[in-house]
Amino acid sequence: MTEDVRVYVEEAPGQRTEVSGPTDMGLSLMELLKASGYDIQATCGGMALCGTCHIEVLAGPALDEPSDDELAMLESLPVMSQGSRLSCQIRLTERLDGLVLRLMPQNT
Amino acid sequence: MNSISTDICIIGAGPVGLFAVFEAGLLKLRCHVVDALPQVGGQLSEIYPKKPIYDIPGFPDILAGDLVNNLMRQIEPFHPTFTLGERVEGYRKLDDGSFVVTTIDGTEINCKAIAIAGGLGSFEPRKPAIEQLDSFEQGKGVYYMVRDPETFRDQRLVIAGGGDSALDWTIFLANLAKEVTLVHRGTTFRGAADSAEKVKALHEAGKVNLVLSSNVTHVHGNGQLHSVTITANDGTATELPVDSFIPLFGLTPKLGPIEDWGLDLEDNAVKVNTLDYSTSEPGIFAIGDINTYPGKLKLILCGFHEAALMCQGAFKHIFPDKKYTLKYTTVNGVPTL
Ligand SMILES: Cc1cc2nc3c(=O)[nH]c(=O)nc-3n(C[C@H](O)[C@H](O)[C@H](O)COP(=O)(O)OP(=O)(O)OC[C@H]3O[C@@H](n4cnc5c(N)ncnc54)[C@H](O)[C@@H]3O)c2cc1C
Ligand code: FES
Repeated sequence: MTEDVRVYVEEAPGQRTEVSGPTDMGLSLMELLKASGYDIQATCGGMALCGTCHIEVLAGPALDEPSDDELAMLESLPVMSQGSRLSCQIRLTERLDGLVLRLMPQNT
Repeated sequence: MNSISTDICIIGAGPVGLFAVFEAGLLKLRCHVVDALPQVGGQLSEIYPKKPIYDIPGFPDILAGDLVNNLMRQIEPFHPTFTLGERVEGYRKLDDGSFVVTTIDGTEINCKAIAIAGGLGSFEPRKPAIEQLDSFEQGKGVYYMVRDPETFRDQRLVIAGGGDSALDWTIFLANLAKEVTLVHRGTTFRGAADSAEKVKALHEAGKVNLVLSSNVTHVHGNGQLHSVTITANDGTATELPVDSFIPLFGLTPKLGPIEDWGLDLEDNAVKVNTLDYSTSEPGIFAIGDINTYPGKLKLILCGFHEAALMCQGAFKHIFPDKKYTLKYTTVNGVPTL
């Protein structure tokens, strides 16, 4: 049996909520966040086409570099920071354990 | 003020709204279609025009954009009319039971039935987080869409963004405006390669200013926009006098005003009776991704089916005393209006 992986969502500075999910189901981070009740539109269902699953990685383990498709989508969004990622493009694996992230506004 | 009269006002020009025009046409009902976007096709045009779809009956595969073009061809005989680029805001019911649907720009559509085919909601521009940006909206210098390029003739423009629409409009407006500056956060463009090449060529020819690794961070003016501050990634800021600022960062759907129409809702979707996809308000129907009922599937195919049944319901609502008998298009061909 695999251990659940834990990630932390920063709702306000210093205020973090732990969410955890299994690594053996091929889930994406977007699916975990959605399943944990976070309000993520994920309009395109995880195809890097809509940008509505945008998160900012604040701390934690190093992740794989974004693909060209992910970068293209991120660059088209009005807010992008060093840690910007599309949560649908990140697989839920053990390596994510301890990741701290923030949901990015979809329309500010 | 624009005033239109029709049988059914369809809100949303996605695949389901478009097919509803066909089904209504078979019943000799006229349609007027309104969409907040400047083009038809809904999610298919806005999110995935180049993606193949595999579950449309009769088409082993078809590109989303081609399906939209085919739907437009299919409804041609019924001469639907369109108001594009205007979001529907509200409606009122008149004493004779008909409705007046109103858009954000004051267009009024008098109709006997309303079909909401609003999908995920109306697509709204993603706005950059710049203080007081909204005070320059509505003709005061900040535009999130180019509706009429003539607005920008002989102006000094700043366009922001790195996607296809920022590139396309930079190319188009370079010939029309007095001065075009494209501001992009990155150093490379990820829009279509040939558009990026064209922008670079225009820059080399001195027709477009390119400011890379930078963001527009402030807007200034008194009632009317007069300049923007562009801040480079290294922190240096420059103020540039402009007539218009056009941030083009794509669109995102929002359920929008229909949420407040007092219709029965469940999880942000309009509850309907699957007999005819009527809502809690007689004469108002809801089809496609925007509705909900036990067993709902958000698929184009299901939306098409709902459109067919909805039109039967709308026909009965409009002509309570007329009897309708189903005729196959194979027998009679497609009637025209
Ligand atoms: C990436 C992706 C892939 C998909 N693949 C498939 C597939 O293979 N097969 C399939 O069957 N389905 C697929 N879907 C789902 C399919 O796209 C939707 O089911 C379909 O688009 C719903 O059509 P619709 O006409 O109800 O709504 P939409 O396509 O969402 O269109 C609604 C329109 O209404 C407009 N609107 C809303 N509110 C207002 C208002 N107040 N005023 C004016 N205009 C308004 C919007 O601007 C929009 O243009 C996919 C979806 C995505 C995102
Ligand atoms: S869900 Fe659409 S980009 Fe991630």
